[in-house]
Amino acid sequence: MHNIPVIIPIIVYLLLMLVIAAYTSRLGRKKGGGFLEEYFIGSRSLGAFVLAMTIIATFVSASSFIGGPGVAYSTGLAWVLLSMIQVPTAFLTLGVLGKKFAIIARRIKAVTVTDYLYARYQSKAVVFVASLAILAFFTAMMVAQFIGGGVLFQNMTGYSYLTGLILFGLIVIIYTTVGGFRAVVFTDAIQAVVMVVATVTITCAIIKAGGGVESIVDRIAAANPSMLDANAVPKPQILSFWVLVGIGLLGLPQTTVRAMSFKDTKALHNSIIIGTVVVGFLMLGMHLAGFFSAGVLAGTPETSDSVIPMIVMQVLPSFWAGIFLAGPLAAIMSTVSSLLILASAAIIKDMLLRFGKKQYDNRQLKKISILCTAVIGVITFLCAVKPPDLIVWINLFAMGGLEAAFFWPTVLGLFWRRANASGAICSAIGGVATFLILGGLGFSFHGMNNIIFGLAVGLVFFIIGTYLGPKPSDRVNEMFFE
Amino acid sequence: MKEINKQLKKEALLTALLYVLFFIWWYATAYGFADSPVRVLGLPLWFFLSCIVGWLLCVAGTVILVKKGFKNIDLNQFDEDPNATTQTANDGEEAHHA
Repeated sequence: MHNIPVIIPIIVYLLLMLVIAAYTSRLGRKKGGGFLEEYFIGSRSLGAFVLAMTIIATFVSASSFIGGPGVAYSTGLAWVLLSMIQVPTAFLTLGVLGKKFAIIARRIKAVTVTDYLYARYQSKAVVFVASLAILAFFTAMMVAQFIGGGVLFQNMTGYSYLTGLILFGLIVIIYTTVGGFRAVVFTDAIQAVVMVVATVTITCAIIKAGGGVESIVDRIAAANPSMLDANAVPKPQILSFWVLVGIGLLGLPQTTVRAMSFKDTKALHNSIIIGTVVVGFLMLGMHLAGFFSAGVLAGTPETSDSVIPMIVMQVLPSFWAGIFLAGPLAAIMSTVSSLLILASAAIIKDMLLRFGKKQYDNRQLKKISILCTAVIGVITFLCAVKPPDLIVWINLFAMGGLEAAFFWPTVLGLFWRRANASGAICSAIGGVATFLILGGLGFSFHGMNNIIFGLAVGLVFFIIGTYLGPKPSDRVNEMFFE
Repeated sequence: MKEINKQLKKEALLTALLYVLFFIWWYATAYGFADSPVRVLGLPLWFFLSCIVGWLLCVAGTVILVKKGFKNIDLNQFDEDPNATTQTANDGEEAHHA
């Protein structure tokens, strides 16, 4: 079954992304300045709205639109409660790191989080570990996002998985490659708006189809009272999410790098407010939509990932289903584009320029950067063509891994004078190893996410490593603390 | 610069404080009212307080945070810092300063 009305809004939306990317990248070219600063950080020119939206769009992925609401469908309101842990994403990232990153990035011309780590720890080993973590985990996350999008596209339009992947996958690779960071953030801003529209559309349609919130909740409670129980998710598990999708977010380079990209502190302040409004709205709306589906959906979904596609087809006419589908696709593309440009930065800026002996001029840099972005994009695309499953968990695994690697080196680097390279390296390696080994063994302590142990070991290793190494130099002290 | 660093530390602490307050509200209302049979707008009281009111309070908190606690600083003063050029000049980065 090919569903033409569904696909029309999608095509229009995808073309719009290309136009915006082409337009904004021309804007960037007019501004002049160094190529790397433009391509990888948009010459630090973001205003409040775009900054808030790009943080949200980067962070909000397929799991917030498909995976999470699917779990809320079977678990109930306690899972919506869990999703609301993410409300502080924008203010936490920008409030804690924003100005310090902005100042340091201007002083040392940093365009990546790894640049900051190098300036703080003066160690190529730190750069190497950080770049490796970025490349490994980002690739996993991008593939997972592509798979999620392809499956969703197939289920909702009737066209093949590969058709969907080629459509949105290639478009996101093209606009990221050609337009760089500026195209990424401006498309992010539009995509965040698309996500809001999609969330409003589906939530309202479900409530209408179910005859109002009151009667939907009554029906759900009659069938299964535990759906209304705050304790349906065990406390150790839900509290561990305060680390994984709470304070741990200070360790995600794809969101923290945005603290280097805004133009002035006024933009930072306003985006803290805008970001908190919008992320709360998306989380609440989409997860409630999943929960309400339990009282509205006809038939039994095969997996939790098929709840949202099924309910959309049930309550929305085809054209509007297409409008909705743009939402999760926007979530996916905006996450992939941000990861892709950073993965490319990790290779070009952090590895090639840092370790290589060769000097490049602006034109050569442009050529290799664009080529690098395209190659990484195509590799991830090819990985997604033959898909493994479980998008939510691959995604969460990679997220915890990144946090285990970056959280302590990022945060302690800014707020602990004594912190040094040996501490940072011990922490990153020890933290990631703990997290991955526990995950690999299927270890679980009262249902807690293993990130708790990853970060605990990371902290201990950081402190031990730091006291085994020398004090940071006066120059570092001066730059970061005086 | 000392002044600025002091202010930044204060802002980071205030942000952390708002974060802790949000956590306390989230936890206290969700689990404190978990057994209440009251429903608001069709939703259980604990959920309404924790997730809907909690979110709105959090937004109000960020408004107070940035209006009262945060200060504007001129970021342009940190561009082209002379120390920065000498610091990065020896690791192959002159090329893209041009």
